[in-house]
Amino acid sequence: MSTLILDDVSKIYGKDTRRSVDGVSMSIKDGEIIALLGSSGCGKTSTLRMIAGFEDVTSGTIRIGDKVVNDLKPSERDVAMAFEGYALYPPLRVRENIAFSLLKNRTPRAEIDKRVGAVSDMLEIGPLLDKYPPSLSGGQQQRVSLARAMVRNASAFLLDEPMSQLEPQLRALLRARIKDHMTAHRMTTVIVTHDQTEAIALSDRVAVMDKGLLQQFGTPDDLRERPANLFVASFIGEPPMNIFPGARTENGVVVLNERGEAAFGIAGATGGLSAHDGLHVGIRPHRIHVGGGVPGAETVQGEVLSSHWLGDHSHIGLSVGGCFLIAVGDRDATPPAGSVVPVSIPRDAVHLFDSASGAAIQHGL
Amino acid sequence: MQSPAFRVVRALLLLLIGIFFLFPIVWVLLMSFMTNVDILRSPPSPFFVPTLRNYVALISGHLSTSSGEVQIDYMHNLLNSVILSTCSVIVSLILGVPAAYAFARFKFRGGEDMAFTLLSFRFAPPLLVLLPLLGYFQAIGLYDTYFGLIWVYQLITLPLVLWITRGYFEDVSEDLELAYRLDGHSWLSTFFRISIPLARPGIAAAGLLSFIFAWNNFIFALILGSSSVQPVTVGALAFITASGIEYGQIAAALVLSVIPTLILAIFTQRYLVEGLSLGAIKG
Repeated sequence: MSTLILDDVSKIYGKDTRRSVDGVSMSIKDGEIIALLGSSGCGKTSTLRMIAGFEDVTSGTIRIGDKVVNDLKPSERDVAMAFEGYALYPPLRVRENIAFSLLKNRTPRAEIDKRVGAVSDMLEIGPLLDKYPPSLSGGQQQRVSLARAMVRNASAFLLDEPMSQLEPQLRALLRARIKDHMTAHRMTTVIVTHDQTEAIALSDRVAVMDKGLLQQFGTPDDLRERPANLFVASFIGEPPMNIFPGARTENGVVVLNERGEAAFGIAGATGGLSAHDGLHVGIRPHRIHVGGGVPGAETVQGEVLSSHWLGDHSHIGLSVGGCFLIAVGDRDATPPAGSVVPVSIPRDAVHLFDSASGAAIQHGL
Repeated sequence: MQSPAFRVVRALLLLLIGIFFLFPIVWVLLMSFMTNVDILRSPPSPFFVPTLRNYVALISGHLSTSSGEVQIDYMHNLLNSVILSTCSVIVSLILGVPAAYAFARFKFRGGEDMAFTLLSFRFAPPLLVLLPLLGYFQAIGLYDTYFGLIWVYQLITLPLVLWITRGYFEDVSEDLELAYRLDGHSWLSTFFRISIPLARPGIAAAGLLSFIFAWNNFIFALILGSSSVQPVTVGALAFITASGIEYGQIAAALVLSVIPTLILAIFTQRYLVEGLSLGAIKG
């Protein structure tokens, strides 16, 4: 319902010299859903808690709408939050827990019932409304906690690991419903998660964080097709991107194996590359085609070392000139281990990174 | 399934433990209805003619002994006990509960040291402190006042309240308070509406325990007050008379003095059970 702007926000805890959050800037549009994605300790929860007002901002400014909220109390910021630990009031029924914030605002009874009903239908907790939180399972408590946040009319919504405890089937169903609801109500939302599938499914843009730094803030497509650096490239995607040291040649790049020998070359334009010596080459497993015959691709010979059928696709381990490459294939296209097969690497699926800084140099050859 | 033999043995053992712990109380209760002659009969016999004269003597304040009539002020002592213990616990709760919350929630310089210092009051032998304190109390006019005694009683009750409720506050998830504050409530109302109700079983337990400790205290009032403020524990000394020890009256005094604590325990027990049955607070 409001924009949310972080400008060079840092957080240092106590006498720590390390910045838990280091100069994070991001501008979240009105009604936009973003995810803070990273492994634990990356600063995503600290960032969320600063937005909520639970932690002081060491430096930088946070704006909700056109108001700087740095010095406002949590109660004055008009944000709603779903806590990772649910934080439900044990002596209150589920219904009262959800309606709690509405009661404070003197919302008419009929309106409260309507909104509680709507949000609990959406989250499949209608039958639980008259129970007490301690009698619910973790997944149920988590949905109640989510409902308590979503029932409000806040400027911004903060969801901390909102679906970590849900069963897979319910999670898939609710993801779609929640996303629709948030879009329909133009809810400006920040989701903290370590689950990239969830981040990508729920949000318009994803902010990848590591060691307190914002690594990249972009759409899921950006993260996948145009990763800003080696960290994002290796963090996003399952299985992770194949990354090898490489070197530039006259007409493209060459990938080096563990012994530093040239394993295979990929021809293509490497225009802005002359100044770079240390180079890493990244190739997404999903884009590698085992069997060859792809136009516009570099085709090399690889030996199949292993193949792992995962139910809907397989992970194929390949050795190409001494480099261990993971590819994703269909059941039909899975060759037996030990066979030598042509392997196609599309030129536009090759990413080049600077070895020293990790920053991306070029996406596609 | 448990075999019948096991159940019989278990019941027998429980009975033994029960008798072991309850016997002195039952014996005191019997004694309170006996005359001194019955009590001192050897061998002791559980068969006697019950008499109410011990209770009558206590309540009327006239104690007739073989060497004449002695005035005792036991009912006044009982009232003193109630005043001292109740006020001490109330003062301790008012001071200790917010302090316990602060120690549980906030990390501040010297916090642990302060909490430990308060606990260390429980380690010191009270007499060591009391004798110099007597001098000060007489100098500043606190000797033989309720105010002075309640102040000193804080040495007993405050550490208990502080350390017991601190643990309960630590068990209340901070997220619960934060969630309430996000809903637009101030810090203070969060403390009263969320933290205190969730820690209520702990506060009740701490209140009850410190009441019992205060009630049972002997040495503080013995030294820092005269009979006008002394509680039952000190007042019972009056039954050691010139003509001998009045066991019957002591037993009756004991029974009377247990009643207030017993009522309080039964009352707070309901609170404790209610609080605990709300289930663990998930953190």
